[in-house]
Amino acid sequence: MARMTMIEAIRSAMDIAMGRDDDVVVFGEDVGYFGGVFRCTQGLQAKYGKTRCFDTPISESGIVGAAIGMAAYGLRPCVEIQFADYMYPAYDQLTQEAARIRYRSNGDFTCPIVVRMPTGGGIFGGQTHSQSPEALFTHVCGLKVVVPSNPYDAKGLLIAAIEDPDPVIFLEPKRLYNGPFDGHHERPVTAWSKHDLGEVPDGYYAIPIGKADVRRPGSAATVVAYGTMVHVALAAVADTGIDAEVIDLRSLMPLDLDAIVTSVSKTGRCVVVHEATLTSGFGAEIAALVQEFCFYHLEAPVMRVAGWDTPYPHAQEWDYFPGPARVGRALIEVLEA
Amino acid sequence: MDTAPLSLHVPEPAVRPGGQPDFSNVTIAKAGAVTRPAVDAEAQDIRDLAYSIIRVLNREGEAVGPWAGLLPDQDLREGLRHMMTLRAFDARMLMAQRQGKTSFYMQHLGEEAVSCAFRKALAKGDMNFPTYRQAGLLIADDYPMVEMMNQIYSNESDPLRGRQLPIMYSSKEHGFFTISGNLATQYVQAVGWAMASAIKNDTRIAAAWIGDGSTAESDFHSALVFASTYRAPVILNVVNNQWAISTFQGIARGGSGTFAARGLGFGIPALRVDGNDYLAVHAVACWAAERARRNLGPTLIEYVTYRVGAHSTSDDPSAYRPKAESEAWPLGDPVLRLKKHLILRGLWSEARHVQAEAEIMDDVIAAQRKAEEHGTMHAGGRPSVRDIFEGVYAQMPPHLRRQRQKAGY
Repeated sequence: MARMTMIEAIRSAMDIAMGRDDDVVVFGEDVGYFGGVFRCTQGLQAKYGKTRCFDTPISESGIVGAAIGMAAYGLRPCVEIQFADYMYPAYDQLTQEAARIRYRSNGDFTCPIVVRMPTGGGIFGGQTHSQSPEALFTHVCGLKVVVPSNPYDAKGLLIAAIEDPDPVIFLEPKRLYNGPFDGHHERPVTAWSKHDLGEVPDGYYAIPIGKADVRRPGSAATVVAYGTMVHVALAAVADTGIDAEVIDLRSLMPLDLDAIVTSVSKTGRCVVVHEATLTSGFGAEIAALVQEFCFYHLEAPVMRVAGWDTPYPHAQEWDYFPGPARVGRALIEVLEA
Repeated sequence: MDTAPLSLHVPEPAVRPGGQPDFSNVTIAKAGAVTRPAVDAEAQDIRDLAYSIIRVLNREGEAVGPWAGLLPDQDLREGLRHMMTLRAFDARMLMAQRQGKTSFYMQHLGEEAVSCAFRKALAKGDMNFPTYRQAGLLIADDYPMVEMMNQIYSNESDPLRGRQLPIMYSSKEHGFFTISGNLATQYVQAVGWAMASAIKNDTRIAAAWIGDGSTAESDFHSALVFASTYRAPVILNVVNNQWAISTFQGIARGGSGTFAARGLGFGIPALRVDGNDYLAVHAVACWAAERARRNLGPTLIEYVTYRVGAHSTSDDPSAYRPKAESEAWPLGDPVLRLKKHLILRGLWSEARHVQAEAEIMDDVIAAQRKAEEHGTMHAGGRPSVRDIFEGVYAQMPPHLRRQRQKAGY
């Protein structure tokens, strides 16, 4: 067992997948020689050669389009989009191609690709390096959407994603790359080396896609979160002293509805948290499902805490980011309702 | 500086409905006049091939020049048969659409040589990433017509289970990637497939297909830069049939003169060929396939042809171009041109042609009867409602199972 950052865990997942299967190839902008702007692919080109890990032109539709063609051939491409904010030129390829190739060809062709992209804010990235576009993918039938919240999950889920027979969007909360950031930006940064889930096996393991995890058991309310917001929710629970259960979805599509229903049926109160903008966000889907499946257990309206419905601002980042204070207020509100 | 106010240039075709068809602006090289470079030629050394038109069959029906002489007699007769089959198939399916047996159809009239002759230049295992007007790739590879019709009818035997618009075929076995209907996306996918073949040190090559209008899409340019950068073993085909629905090719082409010239800026050897000349299409495709297989990289080919029919059964070309324009098209009819050549060579006759036409139509009708036993769009056997929910993922996730149950299945 080693201590790894989320970057090292992601790198280890690709390393192991490439070592086990010659058909796994890794490419994207700055991904080859340099190892990616966040260094997730560092050393892979040196280890596996230029035809297994390489740089691409700055063309996201080209990266994903080529990956789809390679998958049709029989490879398992795991590509990087440098920031989730840059994925839009590839959106056509992802939504109308990757997502539907199995369906439209009745399985004659398939599309086992992984598209990794750093997501979320908290690094003063402004409106073009901070977005959380997960709902744009969960709305597309045929894609799977995974958002890990820690190094252990990141490695196991990425290995599962690479082995998955269908296209997987793998969103990496960039603020979690180097530590379990809980939204208390005024406090010193914590490192993964001091966190239980920074302990990552060196070898192979896979975590099934579609299974949530309870990060903190509790009885007063349920907080449904994923990615960075899992740590923010835990901080809000600690700050308020409310005995809330915190669910880390890990995978948005497929969604572990059973985990949500089990918890909310027990607590009767639910707060959904995400960093993405509120309106038509994935929280709306969760809230709708909770009222559909837990209506008679609910003691309070389902609350959503999310990014404001504005572009991600630069200077006012911490006024935008749905930190522990906002989550804490929502928890108090559902308890008082 | 004292200048007049700016004004926007919006190109217009030479003639509109009511006008006299005019193709005097289309410069046609003499058959046999264009050189045949070595397959390892550099793009900059053969720039003129992107601006001329490679032709083999002359007006008299003779095969002339350095691109002639590649196909044995038997293959020529077979090529004619493929084109005639595609034309008969189109005629019957167009009629079936008019009879309400399917919702939609797209025919190839006038463009039969492009996909039929190209297929002959490929080997088993090569992969096409086609658009909606290359069914000749399937016909010339002996894909069963009944299967094509089952798909067009969306009947109980539809290999795609009613999920796809008619004619959006898919056959991995016959080197035919699932048609999207979404324009240009397949172009860069073909490059990716070719890159994969090179990564695996395979011998198979890919072919990308696009129309003149869709070259304006960004995926076309992504494809060219990827193909050029990684020297992918891919043939980049542009079928210039003059019309993108109602939009003439000048809107997509701009001031560059030809679509083939698009390749030159990427350092990709680019050829322009008479798309109504079976022999020329085949010869140029063989040249490009040999380049790809020898690991010399991509080739861009522009096929100059004319879309004689409507874009689809939902289109009415008389609203935007002169009715008689196709008759004025200077490159003639691909079926008649190959027929003339075969007769001249003593390999064919008018009588045999009439007989072949009847035999082919009988085959198409027989296939149609067989397909219709399994239903048409609005009558007879249909795919199951269950099929809506299958195949979205390899394993059906719980939410789809719930929805399927709600639908009653």
